[in-house]
Amino acid sequence: MSTVTLTQLDALESEGIHVMREVAGEFERPVLLFSGGKDSIVMLHLARKAFWPAPVPFALMHVDTGHNFPEVIEYRDRVVAEHGLRLVVASVQDAIDDGRVAERADGSRNPLQTVPLLDGITANKFDAVFGGGRRDEEKARAKERVFSLRDEFGQWDPRRQRPELWDLYNGRHKPGEHVRVFPLSNWTELDVWRYIEREQIELPAIYYSHQREVFLRDGMWLAPGGWGGPRANETLEVRTVRYRTVGDMSCTGAVESTASTIPEVITEVGASRLTERGATRADDRASEAAMEDRKREGYF
Amino acid sequence: MGAAPTIQLGPTEETQHVTEHATRDLLRLATAGSVDDGKSTLIGRLLYDTKSVLADQLSAVEAATLARGGGEVDLALLTDGLRAEREQGITIDVAYRYFSTATRAFVLADTPGHVQYTRNMVTGASTAELAIVLVDARKGVLEQTRRHATITALLRVPHVVLAVNKMDLVDFDEATFRAIADEFTGYALSLGIPDVTAVPLSALAGDNVVDRSTRTPWYDGPTLLEHLESVPVGRDALSEPFRFPVQVVIRPRTAEHPDYRGYAGRVASGVVSVGDEVTVLPSGKRSTVVGIDTFDGPLTEAHAPQSVTLRLADDVDVARGDVLVPTAATVDIGSDLEGTVCWLAEKRSVLGARLLVRVGTRTVRALLREVNARLDVDTLTVEAWDGVDTLHAVDATDTSSDIPPRALTLNAIGRVKIRLAEPIVLDEYSTHRRTGGFLLVDPADGTTLAAGMIGATLLDRLAPTSTAQDDDDWFAGAGI
Repeated sequence: MSTVTLTQLDALESEGIHVMREVAGEFERPVLLFSGGKDSIVMLHLARKAFWPAPVPFALMHVDTGHNFPEVIEYRDRVVAEHGLRLVVASVQDAIDDGRVAERADGSRNPLQTVPLLDGITANKFDAVFGGGRRDEEKARAKERVFSLRDEFGQWDPRRQRPELWDLYNGRHKPGEHVRVFPLSNWTELDVWRYIEREQIELPAIYYSHQREVFLRDGMWLAPGGWGGPRANETLEVRTVRYRTVGDMSCTGAVESTASTIPEVITEVGASRLTERGATRADDRASEAAMEDRKREGYF
Repeated sequence: MGAAPTIQLGPTEETQHVTEHATRDLLRLATAGSVDDGKSTLIGRLLYDTKSVLADQLSAVEAATLARGGGEVDLALLTDGLRAEREQGITIDVAYRYFSTATRAFVLADTPGHVQYTRNMVTGASTAELAIVLVDARKGVLEQTRRHATITALLRVPHVVLAVNKMDLVDFDEATFRAIADEFTGYALSLGIPDVTAVPLSALAGDNVVDRSTRTPWYDGPTLLEHLESVPVGRDALSEPFRFPVQVVIRPRTAEHPDYRGYAGRVASGVVSVGDEVTVLPSGKRSTVVGIDTFDGPLTEAHAPQSVTLRLADDVDVARGDVLVPTAATVDIGSDLEGTVCWLAEKRSVLGARLLVRVGTRTVRALLREVNARLDVDTLTVEAWDGVDTLHAVDATDTSSDIPPRALTLNAIGRVKIRLAEPIVLDEYSTHRRTGGFLLVDPADGTTLAAGMIGATLLDRLAPTSTAQDDDDWFAGAGI
């Protein structure tokens, strides 16, 4: 017999594929949340593997804050065209325009994503929503299920979450409810990067070192743009940076880095002294329980 | 599948956990123990000493330590969970932790040890290949320790580690350790647990967790982490017969693949090769595997737990929920399910209730016909009842509660008989850990009511009227 024990990455890949096939087998209308970030890109890669040689049997949904990195939108549209996928865009701008949400004083639109996300799920009758969340990301996620039940308001109630035994995932839900599904639950940030390297998966260029005009706010390097930065007292300067996560431009900070290849990024991530959310997401630093609160409300 | 890594490694400590070894594998483990035993500190120690804790996590813990009155940084706070739990000072759910070494990555199910959270221990143990049972060296083997061992045995976790913690508080006394280790090992053997490794350690001080202690010169066994790195992974799944629950049928109907028809799934146990004769259950149709396909190219054989797509020689009817098994094997199928369940829901069991049974990828309608024994996890005795039903009705003379004496309530473990609307593969959990487990689901709201194990289990071994009392092979297949 050849190698009988799967490597860690093979085991994680196999588990992710298993989860995706379970969803395809149990749900009517799944959708994959696609932000153009590395975790959603890895999810899409697993989906292509899971159903090959058939095409991916579900749509992608992008929650568009309107404050996007242009490189990411270009990447998104190219991938959608290349693989013949269907893209649904849930727009924060539209939600602001028709009064479903109000712009915040600080200009950040990350917290505003929940309403268009839930409206998009309802309008399209999506019953399973793949998210790229990983349990290592943040304390509130450590107890998240692979199949996470949300009520008709999209809310997450820890008491209603079902125990998950063996590989038996229970996706039953009432009409109007949906299930968030996290195929990357057991991956760490380093696992994601090692997998990207092994599979030679292309990412948006902002993940690699480049020169960019940025300014400092609350200890983070933010990029200027129509979203409202910099203010009069903030000065732009050119720095050599890259991004560890992809999000709304108003609250996704760049890190100073010269890592311009996948191996260099892996070395950097491995040596890093800050978790990715702590380093670059203003919204997660707001309070120790910030994520727990947003999760309850129906955030990713 | 993938290209070999080409990382340039420096000599610094910072880069050591970047080292990607092509052979690094994955071990799932569970911990059982209470806060009093130092479980959170032990997990914090494993994370900290394997450098799986990063600066912002550590500074958050330092801040939390200060907020609570200061003192030395409390590693236990690293595994703190939801705010609701912190406010109540308890753990209410299974939390998953991740750490890794150069040779192995670990997924740790951190399960609370309180008696009322049996459900979480069962959940964590169901996927674990190794369980760490923690005891306080000053207290030795307690009722709680026996309970943890029992659930570990019930779920057939192949490897068990007894972590004798707080050795610093008994002056690293060898005799204390030996006495505890002997008592526990004897008890574990009586439950059929084949493999126990006992380690004397101090989670607080770090002795024998990752680094070898100089204070236990009489101990020549592995440190906890050395042992975690050395136990074999996935042996039981490989040693069990081939099972392939079909998840989805792949039919592209594209110009490139107009006639392709493949059956996608994960090999639950065993090995399959191109050319193997297989039978589709429950229909009994036979065919031959002519292709094992993956996105990355065809394989000649696949083994547990690989996700693949199988093609068959004949155009037989195969759908989600079917199981492919070796044609030569004898496999039980039937509509009467007997087994042991752990009740997971607030809602109690009701005889005659219409349920759904989920086994593998199949969901069938079912009736709960009988609850005929219950395991008391406090006394670890089994109460068995002859005859059926009459006592399960509400006892009108009992004014203290309206729960019938034979009903199963949250965290109860009982033996049941279930009638199924259609036949399923009845793999005994004792020999098929990957396919012999099932869920009971409430069709009304989808609640997972119970987790079950088909056939005779530890409960039957402990039962006074059991027919499986002898030292037979009910535990066969574990730990080999």
